[in-house]
Amino acid sequence: MEKSAIRDPGFYLMIAIGLAALFIGPLVVDMFTIMQVTQYVVLSVFALSLGYIWGFGGILSFGQAAFFGLGAYTFAVASINIGETTIPLILSFLLPAAFGAALGYFMFYGKLSDVYLGVVTMVVTLIFWKLANHTAGPEYVIGKARLGGFNGIPSIPTLNIPGEPDAWLDPAQLFQVFMAILIAVYVGLRLLIASDFGRVSIGIRENETRASLLGYDVRKHKVIVFSIGSGIAGLAGAMWATYQSFIDPNAFGMEMSAKALVWVMAGGVGTLVGPILGVILLQWLTLKLGMMELLNSFVVLGAIMMALVLALPKGMVPTLRGWALTGWTLARRGRGAARAKKPGEEGGAG
Amino acid sequence: MDYFIVVALEMVRAVAWLVLLSAGLAIIFGMMRVINFAHGEFLMLGGYTVVTSTHAGVNEAVAILILAPLSVGLFGIIVERLVIRRLYGRILDSLLATWGLSMLMIGGVTLIFGNTVEGIASPFGGMAIGAYQVPIYNFVLIGFAALVLFGVWVVLKFTRAGLIARATMQNPAMAEALGVRTSWVYMATFGIGSGVTGLAGGLIAPVTGVVPTMGVNFVGQAFITVITGGAAVITGTLSSATLLGTISQATTFLAGPVYGDAALLLVALVLLRLLPQGITGRIFKRSL
Repeated sequence: MEKSAIRDPGFYLMIAIGLAALFIGPLVVDMFTIMQVTQYVVLSVFALSLGYIWGFGGILSFGQAAFFGLGAYTFAVASINIGETTIPLILSFLLPAAFGAALGYFMFYGKLSDVYLGVVTMVVTLIFWKLANHTAGPEYVIGKARLGGFNGIPSIPTLNIPGEPDAWLDPAQLFQVFMAILIAVYVGLRLLIASDFGRVSIGIRENETRASLLGYDVRKHKVIVFSIGSGIAGLAGAMWATYQSFIDPNAFGMEMSAKALVWVMAGGVGTLVGPILGVILLQWLTLKLGMMELLNSFVVLGAIMMALVLALPKGMVPTLRGWALTGWTLARRGRGAARAKKPGEEGGAG
Repeated sequence: MDYFIVVALEMVRAVAWLVLLSAGLAIIFGMMRVINFAHGEFLMLGGYTVVTSTHAGVNEAVAILILAPLSVGLFGIIVERLVIRRLYGRILDSLLATWGLSMLMIGGVTLIFGNTVEGIASPFGGMAIGAYQVPIYNFVLIGFAALVLFGVWVVLKFTRAGLIARATMQNPAMAEALGVRTSWVYMATFGIGSGVTGLAGGLIAPVTGVVPTMGVNFVGQAFITVITGGAAVITGTLSSATLLGTISQATTFLAGPVYGDAALLLVALVLLRLLPQGITGRIFKRSL
């Protein structure tokens, strides 16, 4: 991952797959599947937000749902008040990013240890969840939008074409816009990681002391990384809100944070493809297991999380990559051995 | 005048509440630097032990004081052997694993007992202070909070086991070199911490009732108290519980319980900005 994104063929492959899905998907797949996949796309953006700050900034946040929920509520309140969705979408990135920066200031300038960081981010989410649940009364109104407490906010507008508040997107168009956002976030993050800033973040992840001795401001750096991650999580929240046209305090729930962690862990920390694969695999798995009605989602999620930590701490993509690499080396060595045995038959090995 | 006594009593109760909720967690954190993210569910397990055994005809006091700590302590030892032990030195992984455990426990208990609130009657009834009615059980909670802290202090300070525990806390490698089997010390610590948590869960069960998701209501307070306190079990817990308990109770009086929690977090954040290792990281450094 440390090599430049521009020279990595996998980078272009991912963009190609994304663009293919964007343009061809709605033509060949039925509407129900498209809507299902739209959900995966939204959650992939959310997973990327954690995948970035954890994998490339070394910040393990147990409260990514705080920003997801904040973005969702920002979008809901703003779009109901403004009556169109472009500005709310931008706000749903900016507000969580600003909040992330503020929280990050307290955490990183205080030089909290990893455990403390985990606890603080988790408790922040918890408090948001409690506060959001608490706003059921009619006095909790922002402009035209009632926060509605545990009942949530209903009838959140669908995205409209910028500048034309009445031109709502149909589900296929919504899918295409979301896919475009996912590609943009992926490309943006890859380029960011390949930039000087990204290289310094990785340096900080590897060794904080060394990075600061080399003259980099570790605290400032971490605040920026955390804030970017928070903004992307907020954007995902807004997408979620408009996709469901409904949002309730569970957007702030523990389950949401836990899911993000599980996706990233399953896919692999330190990759961007991993979190997306994690979303697809685990959402599909949860769907299948949920259909059996034997186990509830908590049991499934908890068991997967424990199993991942204990059995597959690196995640799928790095593990597979490791296997592929060892396989390749072994194959080459094998070929070399074969070559040594039969020097006459060169070039015959496939 | 009566009003002030009642308010003051409420403040002390809030502090005792925080001490009870976080003591078990603080014991584990102080020794192993690990935060048990399933702490809330350990409390829940203690509560369920009390409620189910009381419904089965066991005396309430026996259920709260003996069964709850024993069963949760035993459960803690099993968890330590099966999960935590494999993750020594991988602190973040142990957080993730215990969080997984937390969800697994919520889901599992929901499967067994269903998602309904069950409870037992709060013992002892109330007593009058002037025009106000105060539950006598509050004094029981305050008493046990004091007893737990005192008990930990006595064990750490005056027993051989406490000496070994303190040695392991200070320098595990050195303790190991002198013949202490630190792995067992950690197991015992986790068991005792869990047992104390079970006791706390049992004690709060008559007040709050039990439901599989009840842990969520308490973990925030417990976590904040422990990390604000820092690594020293007794001084840390006591100082941060006193500070946070009074502030959150005052906010609760003025604005309601939800804002009490939010105030707790805000104060803790500001405090951690100034004292990143908790109160006992800078002040009371050499205390227990």
